[in-house]
Amino acid sequence: MTAQANGKTGESPEIDTAKIDSAVAQAMPARSADDMPLLRIEGVSKKFGTFPAVDGLSLDIRTGEFFALLGPSGCGKTTLLRMLAGFETPDEGRILLGGRDIAPVLPHERPVNMMFQNYALFPHLSVRDNIAFGLKRAGMARAAIDTRVAEMVALVKLDGMEKRKPDQLSGGQKQRVALARSLARRPKVLLLDEPLAALDKKLRESTQLELMELQRRLGMTFIVVTHDQEEAMTMANRIGVMDAGRLQQVATPRDLYEAPASRWVAEFVGDVNLFNGDVTSRDHRRLTIATRDGGAIVVSEPREPVTRTVVSVAIRPEKVKMSRRGPAPDAAGSQAINRLEGVVADVSYLGGSTVYKVKLDSGAVVRSSVANTARFDTDTYDAGQRVVAWFTPDDCVVLER
Amino acid sequence: MARQVNRMSAFNVTSLALGLAFLYLPIVILVIYSFNASRLVTVWGGWSLRWYFEFFNDRAMLDAAWMSLRVAAVSATIATLLGTLAAVGLARGERFRGRALFSGMLYAPLVMPEVISGLSLLLLFVALNAERGFWTVTIAHTTLTMCFVTVVVQSRLASLDRSLEEAAMDLGCNPVQAFIRVTLPLIVPAIAAGWMLAFTLSLDDVVIASFTTGPGSATLPIRIYSEVRLGVKPEINAICTMVIALIAVLIVIASLASKLSSTQGESAAPL
Repeated sequence: MTAQANGKTGESPEIDTAKIDSAVAQAMPARSADDMPLLRIEGVSKKFGTFPAVDGLSLDIRTGEFFALLGPSGCGKTTLLRMLAGFETPDEGRILLGGRDIAPVLPHERPVNMMFQNYALFPHLSVRDNIAFGLKRAGMARAAIDTRVAEMVALVKLDGMEKRKPDQLSGGQKQRVALARSLARRPKVLLLDEPLAALDKKLRESTQLELMELQRRLGMTFIVVTHDQEEAMTMANRIGVMDAGRLQQVATPRDLYEAPASRWVAEFVGDVNLFNGDVTSRDHRRLTIATRDGGAIVVSEPREPVTRTVVSVAIRPEKVKMSRRGPAPDAAGSQAINRLEGVVADVSYLGGSTVYKVKLDSGAVVRSSVANTARFDTDTYDAGQRVVAWFTPDDCVVLER
Repeated sequence: MARQVNRMSAFNVTSLALGLAFLYLPIVILVIYSFNASRLVTVWGGWSLRWYFEFFNDRAMLDAAWMSLRVAAVSATIATLLGTLAAVGLARGERFRGRALFSGMLYAPLVMPEVISGLSLLLLFVALNAERGFWTVTIAHTTLTMCFVTVVVQSRLASLDRSLEEAAMDLGCNPVQAFIRVTLPLIVPAIAAGWMLAFTLSLDDVVIASFTTGPGSATLPIRIYSEVRLGVKPEINAICTMVIALIAVLIVIASLASKLSSTQGESAAPL
């Protein structure tokens, strides 16, 4: 199995069960199709010249899932999506849709539709004809096409726009036409390539909610490619974080944020304070890690025991609390508390929260995000003030990679 | 000229007027003299349509004009067909070996001196023992104008978003259907512009036609050229005015078509 060679062992429960599943599936080919995930990507690779865009990637996607592929630009997420649509052919590996290998199937014969990043509406056709385009190709009867188009127009709330041409529509309306057009054929999987990138912030947020609502109502499987982590977190049931053509982690939005699998994921998703150090002692499910910048940090032993001695400790800024003299002894029960002393170097008021940059005596900077829960907060800190930044062992994530 | 400049300096006005005069004064004079009643070309004798009637009674001139129109129409059509295919091949085809060489060779006639093209075609036709006449001129003009069509159509194709074709395929079209249903309707204005460009180029060519035409199949420009050598008749002015009018109309239609084409979809196709 090529997936085994990826060094992705012990990444997340999802990946592990997927590997076991596929190993079982290969051992017993007679297994019924019901046990198969809707879409199975098996050791898929794609090179452009010598550049590996997608590198031995394996992934299972279940029916009715809203799956997001998240990653920086150039990580291979769009290439993967284009392979699912059929515009690129994998060099290696298989793509199984409902148990059938679709890698050699041409785009127009796949039960998959794609919504393009720039929408790719046909400029010479009206809204109605754009939506009906795929239905006509499918040889649907005229009356049935009319019914389906009306249904789609109502679904994306474009009533009264049927006769307009794409250049007479706003960005948001174009997005809806593109969505209706790709949904009209009722694909088994809908692929969305940066579906909201061209919309402004407010419209993007409301459209995210509409997309989720639509996906739930239709019970369809959506795979969305995005570089916007907030968008992925808002919409998706599961997120696959990609970098350099490989999946770094596949997890729910919460697990991705609270239990990142590696330093890279921790830094890519959200903001994080990272300390590198060595495990020095271990007792009562507590590890003590001697860090270069933050001194000794006590962390909770993760579910899977830590095997390496050189590790990183990740703490999200909102888990780092601030106080003038350090927490009162009973502030966090009997837990051992990590205290980092320093001077406030920078204060950024962001409305909902305030981010403090605390310069530790070691020279390292720790970020703390404090929610502004009251209009007139007396508990604020000024630049230059000496403070204690503190957090509990449970707030820390130990990263071995 | 930028639209927001509503007042031009005296210098601008003067240079513009001089430039336009340099370009159009000879043509304006020719047009005015085509309505001259006098038999002498350079002496004004009052307004008249006499020379226009003269042309329509001149059998040899009419034959030449008819010949020119047929050559222009047929060669423009063949050139458009071949030029469009070449443009599609270059813009959409796989990166085949020698692609750069092929596109370079395709554009060579754009810069090749017409005397050389004409002479080489003449040698070819002589070697093939082809009887020179309508078809030899038509083939020669096709080779001359095809690259212009390719340039126009290819620039339109290059500005067309490729994901349109992918969207068509995604929605159930095979590659040929995607081309016919999506790409073709979007490049039709550019193809029409290419045809009209080819038509006008063929209509006013003397050099290549003079090499490749045979006895009894003179095109209008050749006929005019040989008449002028015997002395300019006012009738020539009338013919030239009509040719200018025809070409002006075609150029306007071609540029309108090209503008229409560029407003549909992506960035503008230059013409």
